Amino acid sequence: MSDAQTLSPAQIPVTVLTGYLGSGKTTLLNRILSETHGKRYAVIVNEFGEIGIDNDLIVESDEEIYEMNNGCVCCTVRGDLIRTVEGLMRRPGRFDAILVETTGLADPAPVAQTFFMDDDVRAKTKLDAVVALVDAKHLPLRLKDSQEAEDQIAFADVILLNKTDLVSREELRDIEGTLRAINPTAQIYRTERASIGLDKVLDRGAFDLKRVLDNDPHFLDADDHDHDHVCGPDCDHDHHHHDHDHHHHHGHDHDHHHGTASPIHDVTVQSVSLRAGEMDPKKFFPWIEKVTQNEGPNILRLKGIIAFKDDPDRYVVQGVHMIMEGDHQRAWKDDEKRESRLVFIGRKLNADALKSAFEASQA
Amino acid sequence: MPTVAPLDLAGHCVSANFIAGISFFSLAEGEVHRLDHGQKSVTVHDGLLAAAPALDNRSLITSGEDGRVCSVDAEGNVTELASIGRKWINCVAAGPQGAVAFGYGPNAVVRFADGKSRTLTHKRSVEAVAFARKGMRLAAAHYGGATLHFPASEAKPTELLWEGAHTKVTFSPDGNFLVTAMQENALHGWRISDAKHMRMSGYPAKVKSMSWSVKGRWLATSGAPAAIVWPFQAKDGPMGKAPLELGTRGDVLVTCVACHPTDEIAAIGYSDGMILAVRFADTKEVLLRRPGKGAISSMSWDDEGRRLAFGSEAGDCGVVDISA
Repeated sequence: MSDAQTLSPAQIPVTVLTGYLGSGKTTLLNRILSETHGKRYAVIVNEFGEIGIDNDLIVESDEEIYEMNNGCVCCTVRGDLIRTVEGLMRRPGRFDAILVETTGLADPAPVAQTFFMDDDVRAKTKLDAVVALVDAKHLPLRLKDSQEAEDQIAFADVILLNKTDLVSREELRDIEGTLRAINPTAQIYRTERASIGLDKVLDRGAFDLKRVLDNDPHFLDADDHDHDHVCGPDCDHDHHHHDHDHHHHHGHDHDHHHGTASPIHDVTVQSVSLRAGEMDPKKFFPWIEKVTQNEGPNILRLKGIIAFKDDPDRYVVQGVHMIMEGDHQRAWKDDEKRESRLVFIGRKLNADALKSAFEASQA
Repeated sequence: MPTVAPLDLAGHCVSANFIAGISFFSLAEGEVHRLDHGQKSVTVHDGLLAAAPALDNRSLITSGEDGRVCSVDAEGNVTELASIGRKWINCVAAGPQGAVAFGYGPNAVVRFADGKSRTLTHKRSVEAVAFARKGMRLAAAHYGGATLHFPASEAKPTELLWEGAHTKVTFSPDGNFLVTAMQENALHGWRISDAKHMRMSGYPAKVKSMSWSVKGRWLATSGAPAAIVWPFQAKDGPMGKAPLELGTRGDVLVTCVACHPTDEIAAIGYSDGMILAVRFADTKEVLLRRPGKGAISSMSWDDEGRRLAFGSEAGDCGVVDISA
């Protein structure tokens, strides 16, 4: 495959838009298609429906989940995307990037995994970011009646908390706390009518190992006051508590050394944030492989920066369920603390076991 | 010595064929070019997705992003056979008695020569369609297996089940076997008489090209650094037998295969654009074309097996004459 790849043109970036019906996906899509930004988009939608822009590069595609025949329940791809992307890429030069709009109820994992698991798709395109639109007004209800709403938040690299004009400041704070509790690594933007600078949404490089954490320079940085969502391994908060009945509304403005409990009920996704010193690659790799193999179905996303002993370069990892990628990113800077940080977002994660195994992988 | 007459076109070549002895090159953009006393072309679709020659090789059946199915004859006359609106028609097949089949969404549509058609709906999207050479029998490949239909009768379809996504399908020329290519780098086969399974795996890449040798004695396939050629002479097909590996190259994948119409020889096209002809009996290799601009995406022999039309993903197409 590598030879075929060297002959193919640059990989086309793909942005995935998720979000419930009414969250503002179509509004955002219409804005991306109508604003002057010098880029041409091919758009893969489930139904032509409400897209008001006449663009012959809008392709309708029936969502079709394919389980790979390897016995792993989480190894799923979108068969329709493989077909459609393959077709689009046979006529390159018509567009600069691809947008995939998913249905409100879509599980984002198979969409993302398609761009890692299919060799042809992978050779010609690269997943840029998963963008989730969240309807501030209706999120509590959505979280109550569906797992998908939570999955979409957990999976996102960028979250647009939309329709903020329809809720009170207190509600907004709670909702944002909930988003942070589900996904501590995503960039969150408050928007009205999906109004946002498109550079915040497009060309993010969220899956690009060279860039993945540069968008968030304070990734897991407990000392950074801009990030109230940070949680170090010394945090005593109970991360894997599934009984949320006791949660009550509390602010997060001054508890930035602690993990955030969701102020809203019905959240089943948790994040486990780990921090340790320099790692021994002989211990770390077997462990992370075992974890992703065994816990893959429960891990929605993972991201991390690893400092290996005697290695001058930062090593970054990112994963989706059982798929994990890692690579050297760049040299550690002199003023950077050489420490290893890793975040798991998922369900039924055993935070204590992850923490002790991570620490045991230290050099 | 084989001679190559190159034809440099702009765009991905979806299909290279001989129609009434004239070489045809169908491009993803939608034009069909032909070499008939000079280069001629006709725009058939806004985006061409699939093409297959009619069984009598007198016309080419095409389908497109514009939701249309067309027939192009040797003079370049285009006839629209079907139009279903704004849906991609991803696959097309030509069958006996002038029948044509195509797939979109969960539907496989059979259009008979008299213009009547029949829509066969499946639970999952139809990825590929193929006709048996004899009898009005259609196979539709989809997630979970393949469905066999007798579209001219009311006979109940036969479901051939195997977990996973089946993306290409072909009948053996004698109609005894059905073989699919799967999403996960393997072939699956069924003996149609008893639905006995055959699993052909070990490919490092997806199989995108399958070609039956003369009389259906072998099935040549792409998806590895050699053409993988499975023996189908026995009643139970290739079960328990090792395939031939022809034209092995260390660093380059086979992307396309085309078996010769009269001899047990395969043309093997690679990801770097090279084409070899390899004889099954002694694995003797002849270079037909040096590496080019893109991976070989389609090849077809003419009826006599003297000329090979080829196309690539980069548009550098041509005709190899092996009789010179």
